[in-house]
Amino acid sequence: MQTLVDVKEVYSTEGLSLWYDKKQALKDVNVSIFEKQVTAIIGPSGCGKSTFLKTLNRMVELEPKITIKGRISYRGNNLYDKHYPVEQLRHRVGMVFQKANPFPKSIYNNIAFGPRLRGIKNKQLLNEIVERSLKQAALWDEVRDKLNQDANRLSGGQQQRLCLARCLAVDPDVILMDEPTSALDPIATAKVEELVHQLKQQYSIIIVTHNMEQAKRVSDQTAFFLNGELIEQRKTSELFAKPFHKETADYISGRFG
Amino acid sequence: MKSQITNRMATVLISVCAGLMALIMIALVGYIFYQGLGHVTWHFLTTVASTFQVGGGIKDQLWNSFYLLIVTMIFTTPLGIAGGIYLSEYAKPNRVTGFIRSCVEVLASLPSIVVGLFGMLVFVNTFHWGYSILSGAVALTIFNLPVIVRVTEDALRSVPVALKEASFGLGVGQWYTIKNVLLPAAFPGILTGIILSAGRVFGESAALLFTAGLTSPDLDFKNWSPFAFDSPLNPLRSAETLSVHIYSVNTVAIVKDAPQVAAASAAVLALFVLIFNLSARGLGAWIQKRMSGKS
Ligand SMILES: Nc1ncnc2c1ncn2[C@@H]1O[C@H](COP(=O)(O)OP(=O)(O)OP(=O)(O)O)[C@@H](O)[C@H]1O
Ligand SMILES: [Mg+2]
Repeated sequence: MQTLVDVKEVYSTEGLSLWYDKKQALKDVNVSIFEKQVTAIIGPSGCGKSTFLKTLNRMVELEPKITIKGRISYRGNNLYDKHYPVEQLRHRVGMVFQKANPFPKSIYNNIAFGPRLRGIKNKQLLNEIVERSLKQAALWDEVRDKLNQDANRLSGGQQQRLCLARCLAVDPDVILMDEPTSALDPIATAKVEELVHQLKQQYSIIIVTHNMEQAKRVSDQTAFFLNGELIEQRKTSELFAKPFHKETADYISGRFG
Repeated sequence: MKSQITNRMATVLISVCAGLMALIMIALVGYIFYQGLGHVTWHFLTTVASTFQVGGGIKDQLWNSFYLLIVTMIFTTPLGIAGGIYLSEYAKPNRVTGFIRSCVEVLASLPSIVVGLFGMLVFVNTFHWGYSILSGAVALTIFNLPVIVRVTEDALRSVPVALKEASFGLGVGQWYTIKNVLLPAAFPGILTGIILSAGRVFGESAALLFTAGLTSPDLDFKNWSPFAFDSPLNPLRSAETLSVHIYSVNTVAIVKDAPQVAAASAAVLALFVLIFNLSARGLGAWIQKRMSGKS
C-alpha cells in the first residue's frame, strides 16, 4: 500500500470535470500527485492528457470557452479559487511542451528571462543561475562556449533541454512535461529520461507519454486516462504487472490506442 | 497527365502576370526618372519655388513633405501600435471587437480626397487650425492610423502561439509577455509596415490639398522658433508638400519651365518613395537577422 511510506501529496483533484465549449474533455477526475515522484499520464490520443496537465498550472484557461467543475488543490490550496495568484503558481509549476519552444533570443537570455522577470538584475547572480540551470538540464557542456548564440540554432534535443533549463531557472516545485520526447531521436530521448530520473530528487514531475516503455522506465506512479476519465492510478510497477481494469490491460498490451 | 498540363499553364499564367507587373513598374518609374532626373540639380533642391520666374526649386516643398511626414508618424505610430496590441492581445472576440475591426477597415479604405474634405470642414474650419501642418498631419493620421493598426495586429498574430505559451508558462504576466516576447518577435513586420506606410504618406496629395494647403510662406531656415509665422517648424502655417506642388504646378502655374519643374519634382518624389520601400525590405530582413542572433 502506498500509504505505508510517508509521502506528501502535491496535487489532488476531486471531481474535476472540464468542457471545451460543449465538449467534455475531463470527467470527474480524482488524482493524487506525490512529492518528489514521477507520475506518468498515459492513454490514447484525445483522452484528455494534455488538458489535464494544463489544468494543473491553469494554462488551460488560455483556451476560449472553458468550463471547469470540481476542485484541484495544490499544496493544500484550491487552485481555482478566484483570488489564487496564477502567475505565482506558474513560477512554482514549470512546463515543458511537446514541441520545444525557445524564445528567439540567445541561449543565455532564454534562461535568464524568468529570473529577470522576478527582478534579479545582478549580473553575477544571473550568470550563476544560467550555469546551474544548464548544468541541471545536462546542456552546459554543449553550450558553455556559445551562450550568446541564437537558441533556435540548437538541435531539437538540445532545444528541449534548454526549455527544461529555462523552467528550472525560476526554481519550480513541480515540472509538467507534455510528451517531451515525442519529437526526439532515441539518444536525445534517453538523455531527457535520464534527466527526469535525476530531477525527481528535487522536484515533483508529471509526464505525459504515449510510450509505455518510457512510462515504465521513468515513473513511480502511472495514471491511465480514457475518454476523459481516469481509469486507474497506481504504482507504475503494479499497474503494468496486474492492471485492475480490462481497459487498462488492453491499452498497455497495445490492443488499442 | 491532365493535371500536369493545367499545372504548367497556371505557372505560365502566373509568371506572365508577375512579369507584367514588374514591367509596368519599371516602365513607369523609368519614364518618370527619364523625364525628370535630368532637371534635378543641387540648385533645384535648394532653391525656393517661383510662381512667375524660370528656375524655381522645391526646397520648401521638400522640407514640408518631410516635416509633415514626421509629425504624422509621431501621431500615428504610438497610437497605431497601441491599437494593434489591443486588437490582437486584449480585445475579446465579440461583437464590439468585430465592429471596431470593421471601422478600422472602412477607415483604411476611405478615399483620401474624402478624408481631405473632412479635414477641411473639421480641422481647418471648425477648429480654426486653418491650412496648416497640424490640419494636414491630423488628416494624414486618419488615413494612416488604420494601416498601422492592421500591420501591428497582423504582425502580432503571426508570432507563434508556442512563444506566448512558453512565456505564460513561466508565470510571466501579459504585459511583460507582450513587451518582451511578442513585440520583439513582431518588430520586423511592424517596422516594415510603418516604413511602407510612410512612403504612402509622403506621396499623398488629395488629403492635403484642403488641409495643409496649396501654398507655404517663404520659409526662413534661420528662425527655428515654432511660433514665427515663417519658421520651418511652425505647426500652424500652411505647407505645400512635394506632391501637392506637382499638382499645383501642373494645373495653375504660369512659369515657362512648369513642365520641367513638375517632372523633376515627380522624379524626386518617386525616388524617395522608392527609397522608403527598398529600405523597408532591407531593414526588416536585417533586423530579423540581428535579433535572432543577439537580444
Ligand atoms: N482548444 C480546444 N478546443 C476544443 N476542444 C479541444 C481543445 N483542446 C483539446 N480539445 C479536445 O479535448 C479532448 C482532449 O484533448 P487533449 O489535447 O487533452 O488530448 P490528449 O490526450 O493530450 O491527446 P494527444 O495524445 O493526441 O495529445 C480531445 O477530444 C480534443 O479534441
Ligand atoms: Mg496532448
